[in-house]
Amino acid sequence: MNLINLFIMSILTENIVLMKFLGICPFIGTSSKEKSALGMGVSVTIVITLSSIITYLLYYYILVPTDTTYLKTLSFVLVVACMVQLIEMLIKRRNPKLYHSLGIYLPLITTNCAVLGVLLLNITNQYSFLEMLTFSIGSSLGFTLVIYIFSTIREALERRNVPNSFKGYPIALITASIMALLFSRYLIV
Amino acid sequence: MKTIQNGIIKENPVFVLLLGLCSTLAITTKFENAYLMGICVTIVLIVSNLIVSCIRKWIPESVKTPVYILIIATLVTIMELLLHSYARDVYQVFGIYLPLIVVNCIILGRALAVASKTSVCKSILDGFGIGLGYTIALMIIACIREVLGSNTITFMDSISTITGYRAIYRVFPENELIPISFLISPAGAFLTLGLLMAIFNAIRKGGKHESH
Repeated sequence: MNLINLFIMSILTENIVLMKFLGICPFIGTSSKEKSALGMGVSVTIVITLSSIITYLLYYYILVPTDTTYLKTLSFVLVVACMVQLIEMLIKRRNPKLYHSLGIYLPLITTNCAVLGVLLLNITNQYSFLEMLTFSIGSSLGFTLVIYIFSTIREALERRNVPNSFKGYPIALITASIMALLFSRYLIV
Repeated sequence: MKTIQNGIIKENPVFVLLLGLCSTLAITTKFENAYLMGICVTIVLIVSNLIVSCIRKWIPESVKTPVYILIIATLVTIMELLLHSYARDVYQVFGIYLPLIVVNCIILGRALAVASKTSVCKSILDGFGIGLGYTIALMIIACIREVLGSNTITFMDSISTITGYRAIYRVFPENELIPISFLISPAGAFLTLGLLMAIFNAIRKGGKHESH
């Protein structure tokens, strides 16, 4: 029950993009096309899920016993960078077709705050292993969902007449504001 | 002087380049958090620009990005340790947004675009200018959000352990309109930034018309 609760919460009311502002750069920057938004979402989901398991084990079995928890930022960044590199090589060898559609998004993920943010939240919220897994998968699905919806809205917006100074990013941010309002808990209560 | 001005107006990281928005939106519920975050980012930016610019001739092209990320991550870890031991309250207020300075695109972006190509002196100036532009942008957003959203303005609260006294002021007298708690919520953050950017755009374009 608790896990289901956490799962739904991490997708909707505690959405990492709209409520915690993680991964805003790809959200605003790359999500003006439907297809690229989906590609980004899928690659972020893979990277978050795999690297959250690794960093969780790394933190509780290496950093905590050796009393070097202050190295968590540094080591997590390294794990994410290696993970991205590894997945990129694997996909390139096994499935060149998939590589062509996902390839351009993978290197960008290293500096995506959503990935590092979720990894750090796993630690600061002191989740157990199962909770951690649920939260990571839920958050990355939430990221994919929001980035996909947002890209479709923006594609429609591009064909509309928007006041000159609102063109581009400002109108995107205001759209994001309305979306955040819809996702927030105030409406449910 | 021109480099600094460039960082504040022409290449303002928040309003024009749209970089580093995570902390911009999350931290700006209080004026105090805004300038503290600005100072932290500026320090990391200047030092990372300095180091990157010093070693730029020895780093091969293919491993540039990982090396720069490691340098930035080390600097942020030092920052974390410093805040943890000297300003515990600030450390707690920032939470995960302090380690997230590592993936703040401004710092890596400047390292790749400027510091890896120009001389040491110029990259330090660039870091200072961009950092200042970032801090000013954060302060403007936080000012609007805090004054209208909770009817107070906080100059010193969580750093009062260092400075010795607190400074939180009420802005408007008691009334029915303000505080608008919507502005403190995440949705309000997006709205404030969107409107500010539109105003910034309008001013910049207006200026261009006159010069033509």
